[in-house]
Amino acid sequence: MKFGIVVFPGSNCEHDVYHVVKHLLGHDAVFLWHKDPAFSGIDCIVLPGGFAHGDYLRCGAMARFSPIMGAVKQFAERGGLVFGICNGFQVLSEAGMLPGALVRNAGLQYLCRDVSLRVERQDTAFTGRIKQGAVLRVPIGHGEGCYYAPDALLKDLEQKRQVVFRYCDERGEVTAEANPNGSLHAVAGVVNERGNVLGMMPHPDRCAEEILGNTQGRRIFESIVHAWQQARRNRL
Amino acid sequence: MKARVFVTLKRGVLDPQGKAVCTSLHQLGYREVTDVRIGKCMEVTLGGLPRQEAERRLKAMCEKLLANPVIEDYRFEFLDE
Repeated sequence: MKFGIVVFPGSNCEHDVYHVVKHLLGHDAVFLWHKDPAFSGIDCIVLPGGFAHGDYLRCGAMARFSPIMGAVKQFAERGGLVFGICNGFQVLSEAGMLPGALVRNAGLQYLCRDVSLRVERQDTAFTGRIKQGAVLRVPIGHGEGCYYAPDALLKDLEQKRQVVFRYCDERGEVTAEANPNGSLHAVAGVVNERGNVLGMMPHPDRCAEEILGNTQGRRIFESIVHAWQQARRNRL
Repeated sequence: MKARVFVTLKRGVLDPQGKAVCTSLHQLGYREVTDVRIGKCMEVTLGGLPRQEAERRLKAMCEKLLANPVIEDYRFEFLDE
């Protein structure tokens, strides 16, 4: 499987993602510069964390106009897997590829710590190797991770089961105390209607190997590989 | 031609910065303050366009980039030179 990791000026987690998919999972990975107008032979696009274009104006606002984003959009429209982590999630929501918006954390502070996430569904390309209802421990590192969507949209998202990860406590209960940033409906990650574009604020790329004390993030990357293998098998 | 664009969070979108400033004003003794909302102000200089056309294009700029319609409202005014 081949991952394409988009690098914007200001991205800073592209090597974390590269390390996970290449060295830990043993798959192929290439960096794609944001000015590339096209790419080919890629099975999954990852938009990594960081501060694309300095996060000027709003997080993700300028990245959306990078030449590569046109190709990323087309790739998604053809059903390609697109995975946005942290700043990548912000870029996808600004680009209109995911619903809602990410605004300043309710407590105003930049937060860098572990949180618990409840996996709301197993039937996505990003969570196929994780049981629904499982609780993952994954770090966050963001100042603008408060998920916002108008009431009608939130209702729609819940009905269509587009919330994939929710902030929760260690037992999987969604409580106000367990919500680090004030996200509405405790949303930590959403998928598009078609199910091939996922954005999440927490960083599975930062907890995918033993030496870091936590390997739970690896299961998300393994799920992506599993989904790709299944899709390939179905094609053959 | 200069225009001033104001971008503010929609009603209903939490504005923690505004809340913090409101609390600080209370601590300074300005108890009459009941709410503070913080936004952005941008000065945009446009060249060589008739006013009506500039207005039309500025509206498009706001909708495409300067404001995010999911969370923000915008308005603008032209400044007399």
